[in-house]
Amino acid sequence: MKRLYINKLFLALSALSALIGLGFLAWILITLFVQGVGSLHLSLFLNDLVEGGLRNLIVGQLILAGLAGAIGIPLGMVAGIYIREYGRGKYAEFIRDLSDVMMSAPSIIIGAFVYAIAVAPFGGANGFAGVIALSIMMIPIIINTTDSMLSLVPQELREAGIALGASKYRVILDIVIKAAKVGIMTGVLLAFARIAGETAPLLFTSETSNYFNLDLRESFPSLTVSIYNLANEPEQSSRDLAWAASFILTMMVLVINLVGRYITRNKK
Amino acid sequence: MEKIFQKLSFSSASLVLIILIGIFFTLFSAAKPAIEEFGLHFLGDPTWNQEVRLDTAPAATAVADDTIADEDDMMMLDEDDEDSVNTKTVFGGLVPIIGTLLSTLIALAFALPIAMGIAVFLAEMASKTVSKFVGIAIELLAAIPSIIFGMWGLYYFAPIISDLFGGFQVSLLTAGLVLGIMILPFMAAITRDSMNTTPDVLKESAYALGATKFEVVKDIIFPFSKVGIIGSIILALGRALGETMAVAFLIGAVYTIPEKITDPTISIPVAMAVNFGEASGLGESSLFYLGLILFVLSFGIISFAKFYFLKRVKS
Amino acid sequence: MPVMKIKKFTFTYPGVDSPSLKNITLPIEKNKITALIGPSGCGKSTLLRSMNRIHDLYPGNTYDGKIDLLDFKANKYNNILDIKKENEFIKLRQQVGMIFQKPTPFPMSIFDNVAYGLKIAGIKNKTELADRVEASLKGSALWKEVHDRLDKSAMGLSGGQQQRLCIARAVAVKPEVLLFDEPTSALDPISTGAIEELIVELKKDVSIAIVTHNMQQASRISDFTAFMYLGDLIEYDKTENIFLNPKEKRTEDYITGRFG
Repeated sequence: MKRLYINKLFLALSALSALIGLGFLAWILITLFVQGVGSLHLSLFLNDLVEGGLRNLIVGQLILAGLAGAIGIPLGMVAGIYIREYGRGKYAEFIRDLSDVMMSAPSIIIGAFVYAIAVAPFGGANGFAGVIALSIMMIPIIINTTDSMLSLVPQELREAGIALGASKYRVILDIVIKAAKVGIMTGVLLAFARIAGETAPLLFTSETSNYFNLDLRESFPSLTVSIYNLANEPEQSSRDLAWAASFILTMMVLVINLVGRYITRNKK
Repeated sequence: MEKIFQKLSFSSASLVLIILIGIFFTLFSAAKPAIEEFGLHFLGDPTWNQEVRLDTAPAATAVADDTIADEDDMMMLDEDDEDSVNTKTVFGGLVPIIGTLLSTLIALAFALPIAMGIAVFLAEMASKTVSKFVGIAIELLAAIPSIIFGMWGLYYFAPIISDLFGGFQVSLLTAGLVLGIMILPFMAAITRDSMNTTPDVLKESAYALGATKFEVVKDIIFPFSKVGIIGSIILALGRALGETMAVAFLIGAVYTIPEKITDPTISIPVAMAVNFGEASGLGESSLFYLGLILFVLSFGIISFAKFYFLKRVKS
Repeated sequence: MPVMKIKKFTFTYPGVDSPSLKNITLPIEKNKITALIGPSGCGKSTLLRSMNRIHDLYPGNTYDGKIDLLDFKANKYNNILDIKKENEFIKLRQQVGMIFQKPTPFPMSIFDNVAYGLKIAGIKNKTELADRVEASLKGSALWKEVHDRLDKSAMGLSGGQQQRLCIARAVAVKPEVLLFDEPTSALDPISTGAIEELIVELKKDVSIAIVTHNMQQASRISDFTAFMYLGDLIEYDKTENIFLNPKEKRTEDYITGRFG
């Protein structure tokens, strides 16, 4: 029966596609492992780039992402609350759509924008600019996830809170956010993982530094930007370091990702 | 307290709009010198950062035009000559624009069949556990930072491509293919979500008539989720346009129009990433001009995808 | 003296041409159970939800007429449709509580759920809170089952227990009126029976209005019944009269199952 044959072929092709997708993932992870693990050494975590280590870069990247989160997460959540809980009609819809579009905006453009407002007028690369760039990227993501998670909370829960005489903001903060807590947390973690792996927004805002220099007024150490620089250097030692750094970066990002997903493992 | 909270949340939400307007205006004003200098000719001009001879003209007129002090505009006045020959540095955006568009097209062509296959696998074929496992794997692929794709692509994928197809390792083709791998998970996920909105009763009615799985997918599910699928494709296109780091490693970063697909070239994000550091004056302004073009282009395409096709696939 | 007097009340949803409730006049008697029955779409839930103005979460409604609520201390009636200020809405909802069709436990511990209305009303004294929570849970026939796990999440309770929890939560605030919107339609028969018993117990302390599509339930527990159809109040009387001796033909048709 021709129909059955076509069906089998089709199903085989789709399974093959899944294998291809998995294959690429495996290939990349194995590559990172092979290249990175060999160069891993305790000294990488104890020395800064100027001495051939990665300490300042790892710490710097986490600080940049952390500060961006400290700004972006509350702003994004409150904005998401506005869109889902307070917004009536056109404006809230508009902001929601705008935020969705911004989520996919090119990160290099954000970098150029922040360069123009926070680097050029202030005489040079600085950590603040990097943090600003990353938070600009983070806000739409947090808005999207907060909005989505809040939409899953059944309307009756809100009504029950109001029916007890609670004012709207109390219902939102005490009940609705709590009910959506786990989903929002996952969203926040995933956003953090994504921001922590970014390079382009930092390229000409906070750039990077060879030293354990945590002064936000100057160029700030970044793991991602340094990988880019190291990969462009001719020395083999630079390249090895780039691989080690890549391995560590990927592990960081994937672990945060998996933790985030683990939290919501029972809910769906 | 209620009122304060309302105002606060309103302001936070409006921040998005403010940032967007800020980006547009900042890009525009930084690009203005280049826009005034080159106009729309910029879009079709393949010369980048090259001196071009102007027609002979007395020294006086040549200096006058630019209102901004440009160190890149090198005016060479040969005072000995009667007919002063002047050259000017010219920037044209054609090569990065073409590179951006072509690399994105290659990415789409490569990713589309695979992404559709994965979506069908996840939505209709796999058992719950397998679907979950593969789904997570695909999402992990999406979580891998762009720069990692660059590293892996450069040292592992590129040599294989040049072995298979000849030509350069860093090329339009390599960049396009890796770009495709990067947008794969995104397309697959949105397509799968679209497919899952098909009502079960619809599918069951088809199976009840004796249809095979392939037929149900082809005749029921795809037509039903067509809009979402097209939206996912266009959205992936919009994202691919702005991809920087992986492409920076793999496309070659040379301002020449590729004659063959295995030739190196450059894209807008790469041009910005690579040249921004040393650029100044008209050169820097030209990069902002490119950035403006990219921003408008990707914003337009993503908005188009969203408004015409993807009215919130989830709930 | 009725605790609530609904007078010529007309209600229209936003964007809809014709009113969902037309000229409803109806008392809610003190310490009695008044059932609102009728086929789907007759407006009974709409009417119930007007009694605590929960419609106002969704702006755009228009209404006419009066809904008078008795102010016990001042011994006079206030039209709750006049309420515009936030704090007056809050006060209204503390006087007129509501239990919904689906159990709605908050994502908190059992104790915190029941105490929630008290906490937002400003009661902070730990002993007072504990006493009132215990009293409410006892009053909802839930105390025995949960007294040793008050700090556990309310989400772990069964459907019937969750609904009793919601009742305890609403009762803790000591409202004058309790509105039940099809409270047992999502529950199994045994839980339903338990809740019905509870509602009858509660009328000692509160006045109750209950929407139900289950006629047997209405005849079992209510003192007064209002039959509604397509937005009109067709007949209101003591429950035994409605069920044994209805005056209107439409009432009789509904009761005997000819439609609805």
